[in-house]
Amino acid sequence: MAYEINGETYEADEEGYITDIGSWSEGLAGLIAEDEKIEMTDEHWEVVNFLREYYDEYQIAPAVRVLTKAVGKKFGKEKGNNKYLYSLFPYGPAKQACKIAGLPKPTGCI
Amino acid sequence: MSDNNEAPPPIPPDDDEDEFGVIKKFCYVNRKAPYGTVYALESLEMVLIAAAFDQDVSVVFMDDGVYQIKSDQAPEAAGMKNFSKTYRALEGYDVEKLYVSKESMEERGLTTDDFLVDVEVLDAAALSALLAEQEVVITS
Repeated sequence: MAYEINGETYEADEEGYITDIGSWSEGLAGLIAEDEKIEMTDEHWEVVNFLREYYDEYQIAPAVRVLTKAVGKKFGKEKGNNKYLYSLFPYGPAKQACKIAGLPKPTGCI
Repeated sequence: MSDNNEAPPPIPPDDDEDEFGVIKKFCYVNRKAPYGTVYALESLEMVLIAAAFDQDVSVVFMDDGVYQIKSDQAPEAAGMKNFSKTYRALEGYDVEKLYVSKESMEERGLTTDDFLVDVEVLDAAALSALLAEQEVVITS
């Protein structure tokens, strides 16, 4: 499949993960989110931007347990739990948030 | 794509210790240089997956495998992805038992200062004791 913004095409795999991480932009993220039926709020962006920083530092997309723990460490306990993250990304924070962040599917994804 | 016409799945509980039931002692022994073959990267992925399933994971670096955690790798020039940064993510996955063979390290003129993660250095006798207490040993 592919995403299209202003006539530009961005390749993605059959699950909707973009294939070229370098082609990511906030506009593209918004489009992927729309496709996931997610309305992006500041809280969504906080997680998406955090994932991009994580990827930049470690070159992988974290497993959900690792993401949850890391989010709790950075943004506080009330955000470092499944209830909060699933309220933002109902189909799984690692899967949906990673997709919106332009990252590959998480390693050890369960 | 997620099929968003269906109701979202239930939210899993936080840190459910019983979720995976059996926990085994896994040891991944890395003996090959990081690039040129896919062994190092594949082993690292196995370690991450075992850790995601809450297993008791140890990782050993010996022979040319000690180069996998060498600082300042620059494989980009050869058109390879630099996955060495990922070893630093192991701590977040609760994989903290990282061991280096003393003999392999010294033969290559390396010290623990050359590594990008904290490791424990074990001599051959200590390494074989470590391996003897494992339930699963995967060498690559």
